[in-house]
Amino acid sequence: MMNSRNLPFLATLAIFLIAYALCTMQFPAMFSTRVMGNLLTDNAFLGIAAVGMTFVILSGGIDLSVGSVIAFTSVFVAVLVGKLGVHPLVAFGLVLIMSTAFGAGMGLMIRFLGIPPFVVTLAGMFFARGAAYLISTESVPISHPLLDAIQGFYLRIPGGGRLSALAMLMLVVFAAAIIIAGRTRFGANVYALGGNQQSAELMGVPAGKTTVEIYALSGFLSGLSGLAYTLYTSSGYSLATVGIELDAIAAVVIGGTLLTGGTGLVAGTFLGILIQGLIQTYIVFDGTLSSWWTKIVIGILLFVFIALQRGIIWYSNLRMSRGGGKGALGGVA
Amino acid sequence: MKKALATLAVAVTLSLASSVSAASLTVGFSQIGSESGWRAAETTVTKQEAEKRGVTLKFADAQQKQENQIKAIRGFIAQKVDAIFVAPVVATGWDAVLKEAKEEKIPVILLDREVEAPKDLYLTAVTSDTVHEGKVAGDYLVKDVAGKDCKVVELQGTTGSSPAINRKKGFEQAIAGHANIKIVRSQTGDFTRTKGKEVMESFIKAEGGGKGICAVYAHNDDMAVGAIQAIKEAGLKPGTDIKVVSIDAVPDIFKAMAAGEANATVELTPNMAGPAFDALMAYLKDKKEPPKWIQTESKLYTAKDDPMKVYEAKKGLGY
Repeated sequence: MMNSRNLPFLATLAIFLIAYALCTMQFPAMFSTRVMGNLLTDNAFLGIAAVGMTFVILSGGIDLSVGSVIAFTSVFVAVLVGKLGVHPLVAFGLVLIMSTAFGAGMGLMIRFLGIPPFVVTLAGMFFARGAAYLISTESVPISHPLLDAIQGFYLRIPGGGRLSALAMLMLVVFAAAIIIAGRTRFGANVYALGGNQQSAELMGVPAGKTTVEIYALSGFLSGLSGLAYTLYTSSGYSLATVGIELDAIAAVVIGGTLLTGGTGLVAGTFLGILIQGLIQTYIVFDGTLSSWWTKIVIGILLFVFIALQRGIIWYSNLRMSRGGGKGALGGVA
Repeated sequence: MKKALATLAVAVTLSLASSVSAASLTVGFSQIGSESGWRAAETTVTKQEAEKRGVTLKFADAQQKQENQIKAIRGFIAQKVDAIFVAPVVATGWDAVLKEAKEEKIPVILLDREVEAPKDLYLTAVTSDTVHEGKVAGDYLVKDVAGKDCKVVELQGTTGSSPAINRKKGFEQAIAGHANIKIVRSQTGDFTRTKGKEVMESFIKAEGGGKGICAVYAHNDDMAVGAIQAIKEAGLKPGTDIKVVSIDAVPDIFKAMAAGEANATVELTPNMAGPAFDALMAYLKDKKEPPKWIQTESKLYTAKDDPMKVYEAKKGLGY
C-alpha cells in the first residue's frame, strides 16, 4: 500500500542506500559480503530486542526494561550453564519463560493498575538490573559443546562473508514479526490500540489482552536477545547492554514508526538497525573519528525523522480537513 | 553523471592500490574507552608510537562496551588490517572473534590486560606486572632508609581490586627480610585524592601527630598527592619528615617531587604499544614468535631524574 504513511519507511530505505553507496565510494572494502554478514551478526541481539520494541511503540507504549532483561538473561544463563552445569536448552527454556512472564507482569500492571508504561518499565529496568547484579557482578564465562557449536556455525557467502547462526536467528525473528504485524488479528489489534485506544475498544479490540500480550512479546524477545548476547560474547555480564533500549527505540523511530503509535513497519526497524550498524562500521573503517560520532549522527537522524513524521501528520490532517468524511475514514484505517 | 561516477571509482581504486603497494602497515586498535587519565595517555602514546614507525593506526573507542569492541575487531578483519591491538574491557567472551582473526591470519596483540582464551588465539600480551611494581617501591624504601628503623603507613587501592592486592603483596615481599621496616597501619584510600587525604589525616592523628611515621606508601599517585596535603596541614614536611613513595607516575607527582614533597614513584607505563609494535614487526619480518607475555618496565623515578622535565614530557599525554 503506497500512501503518505509509508513515506518515512521509504525515506529510511533511501537514506540507507545512499549512505551505503557513499561509504563504499570512500572505502570500497565496505561493499563486501563480509561487512554485510558482520552487520547482521553484530547487531543480532539489538535487532531482536528492537522487534519487541516495535510492537510496544506501535501500540503507543514504551519498554525501558529491555537492556536490563538482556543483562539478566545473559548472567542467569551463564551461571546456570557455566557454574551449575544445567543443560543449555533447559536453561534457555527457563529464561525465556521467566522473561516472558516478566513482560506479561509489566503488561498487567500497565493495563489493570493504569500506570503509564514509562513508569512500570522503568521500575522493571531497575528490578531486572538489580537482579542481574545479585547473581554476579563479574563477567561469567560460559562454555558448552552445544553453545560452541551454535557459535561456530555459519554459512559461507561468496566473497568471504559469513551468515552466522545469530544473523539467521535475527532474520527469522524479523520475518516472523513482519507476518505477525501484517497478517494476524493480534497485529491488527496492536495498530488499532496505538492509533486510538478508545475507538479501538469501541470497535471491539480486546485492549487488556492485547496490552499484556504486547509486553509479554517484548519480554520474550528481550530474553531471546539476551540469549543471542550470551552466545555473541560467550559470557554473561550484569553491566552489559546498559542503555540498549534507547538504541532499540532509535532504530524503531528511524525505521519510520511513529513514537505515538499506530503507524510503522517492522521492516523499517530492520533498516534502522542496519543504519546504526553502518555508521559504526564506517567509523571503524575510518579509524580516526571519535566513536561518539555514532551517537551524534543517530541524534541528527532522530531529529530529521521526527520532523518528517510531524510534517506528514500535518499534511494528512490538512488533506483530511479538505477532503471531509472520506479522508477521516482513511485516517482511522 | 554516470561517467563522473566511473572516473571517481577508478580514482578511488587507483589510490587504494597505490597505498597498498607502499607496503606500510595498518594496525587496528580497539581501546576500552577513556575512563581514566592513564587510559587517555595510553591512547595518545599508542598513536605516537604508530606515527614514529610509519604505521597507519585505525583507532576505535569502545565506550566501555564489549560488544563495541567485538564489532570493531570484526570491522578491522573486514578491512584486512595487518594486525589488531586490543585492550580488552573484560576477560571473557573473546574466543569466537579471536578465532575469526586467526582464520584470516591477522595477528592479535593484547594490551594492558589479559583474556581468558586459548593462548594460540593471540600473538602475545603486553602488560605490567603489578606485584613487581609494589616490589620496586619496597626495594627503593629498603635502600633509602639503609637499615634505620622505619614505620610505614600504607594507603591501599580499592579493596579487592587486583592492583591493590598485588601492589600490597609486592611491597611486602620487598620488605620481608628487613626487620627495621614495618607497616604499622594500612587502610584503603580507594585510589582517590580525597580519600587518600582523609585516611592520611587519621593515620597522623593515630600515630601521635605523625612523629612516629617515617614513610607513607600509596598504591597510586593520586592518594599520595592527597597524603602530601594532609602531612602539610599537620605541620610536617612531606618528603623529609615523612617520606612519600607511590606508584603510577602521573604528571602531578613529578611536580610534588620537584618541590621535594614526594620521594619516589614507580611508573605504570602508558606505552604498551611500543613493545607490541616491536614484537609485531619482528614477527611479520622473520616469523619470530614472541613470548606469550611481554612485561613492561616498572621504572623507578626519584628526585634525581629531573622531575620537572618528566612532568613537561607527560603533561601533554592526556593524563
